[in-house]
Amino acid sequence: MRAQFVLSEIGVGLRRNLTMTFAVIVSVALSLALFGGSLLMNEQVNSMKGYWYDKANVSIYLCNKTDKANFSSCAKGAVTDEQKKQIKADLEKMPLVQSIHFETSEEAYKHYKEEFGSQPLATVVTADQMQESFRIKLKDPTKYEVISSAFQKRPGVQTVEDQKDTLKSLFNLLRYMNWGALGVMFLMLVVALLLIVNTVRVSAFSRRRETGIMRLVGASSFYIQVPFIMEAAVAGLLGGILACVLLVCGQQFLVNNLLATHIDVIQFIGWDAVLTKLPLVLATGLLMPALAAFAALWKYLKV
Amino acid sequence: MIRFDNVSKSYPKQNRPALRDVSLEIEKGEFVFLVGSSGSGKSTFLRLLLREERASHGQVHVLGKDLARLSNWKVPQMRRQLGTVFQDFRLLPNKTVAENVAFALEVIGKPRGEIRKAVPQVLELVGLGGKESRMPGELSGGEQQRVAIARAFVNRPMLLIADEPTGNLDPQTSVGIMKLLDRINRTGTTVIMATHDQQIVDQMRKRVIELDQGRLVRDQSRGVYGYQH
Repeated sequence: MRAQFVLSEIGVGLRRNLTMTFAVIVSVALSLALFGGSLLMNEQVNSMKGYWYDKANVSIYLCNKTDKANFSSCAKGAVTDEQKKQIKADLEKMPLVQSIHFETSEEAYKHYKEEFGSQPLATVVTADQMQESFRIKLKDPTKYEVISSAFQKRPGVQTVEDQKDTLKSLFNLLRYMNWGALGVMFLMLVVALLLIVNTVRVSAFSRRRETGIMRLVGASSFYIQVPFIMEAAVAGLLGGILACVLLVCGQQFLVNNLLATHIDVIQFIGWDAVLTKLPLVLATGLLMPALAAFAALWKYLKV
Repeated sequence: MIRFDNVSKSYPKQNRPALRDVSLEIEKGEFVFLVGSSGSGKSTFLRLLLREERASHGQVHVLGKDLARLSNWKVPQMRRQLGTVFQDFRLLPNKTVAENVAFALEVIGKPRGEIRKAVPQVLELVGLGGKESRMPGELSGGEQQRVAIARAFVNRPMLLIADEPTGNLDPQTSVGIMKLLDRINRTGTTVIMATHDQQIVDQMRKRVIELDQGRLVRDQSRGVYGYQH
């Protein structure tokens, strides 16, 4: 196989279909950027999950004196010291419980201030409005129901809350967004592949004279098809490179410069996560269009 | 060299078969005219030789190979031993004469040194010495056909298949082309030529095979074109 001959054929083909090639590059780039983005998003969600689930507690909120009107579980008034002692004793007896921390209303007030101190509403809240609570760490975080069923109906208990539940809905939201991104990616990919099939068809038609002669003089089908497949692969690779640039820019400008500086509580994924995805994106960019071209040739180029 | 054993060919969606029960043999070094009116099956006959089509019934042997049992990926190898010339020349308009001929060798992966040697040689043989760098558009019809013949012959095929090579040429130019094909035939290459040109067939006095509605109706050595026209 004469490399120079094949290379010049590819160059001619790409230039002949310049607008089509451009469309292929852009659609491959967008779909691969979405693909890489959703992979990264997935990784982000998983790392956040590990981080937050590790910190997540089961909280038993106790009634304070203002809850009487608002919560039916607190109809009997604020929790008494006797009830608190009893709950603590019961918790300590349970083998499931790893550690117990009692948060006083002053502590709760302090945390609240730290978190929302700058907001106007925070200035109205006073320490005695905050609930006391037991923060319990479980040996097995999935066994939340055991605590819930044991303490939910106790006098003096306002609610039992599994923080994992709130986190779960957040993570679910992120997951749905991720699925959405994957869906868009899939559509873009279909567009890209259809474009490639069309490009190959046009290309095969405009070169039917050459391919006809090649066939007659006994060029192998591999030799006849390679320029078309390489054309698609080169366009796809360019799209893949563009997608990598988009991902790197996204990490640099969106995550590192914007999100990470404004949101402290979330540990964002770093460069290593982004860089490990790039080879995959490039390989997909190279292979998918080549396969699409191969399939298209089977239909449009009789060898 | 070529043997047809009871070959029939029918195309899908056509009631009448294109070839019906054709049996014949062509020896190495023969010059054969293939005559018959349009639709008589000449093109199908040639397409079977090139393995562009497969016979519906019967066996086609070309260069000692049963084409029905030749696997697809071996077809290109088989075609390298055949040369083909058409009525419409089929040259690449954006390549020079020499490039057109070289193209046939490039795409079968011949080394560059060999190509550089073979191309001027064959152009000299077909009488186009000195016109290597002309474009096909600058040449006369006869000269273009010579380029096509050079391309078909540059790989020194055992068999040259010509489908109405003089169909687009005036009588005088045609004679030149026929002389060239005759010269190629004398080098030992088998030539099969489909034609409508009565004058040429009558003058050359070679073997004539006539097809009519897909049947072999005449196989005559040193024959003439025929009675009907």
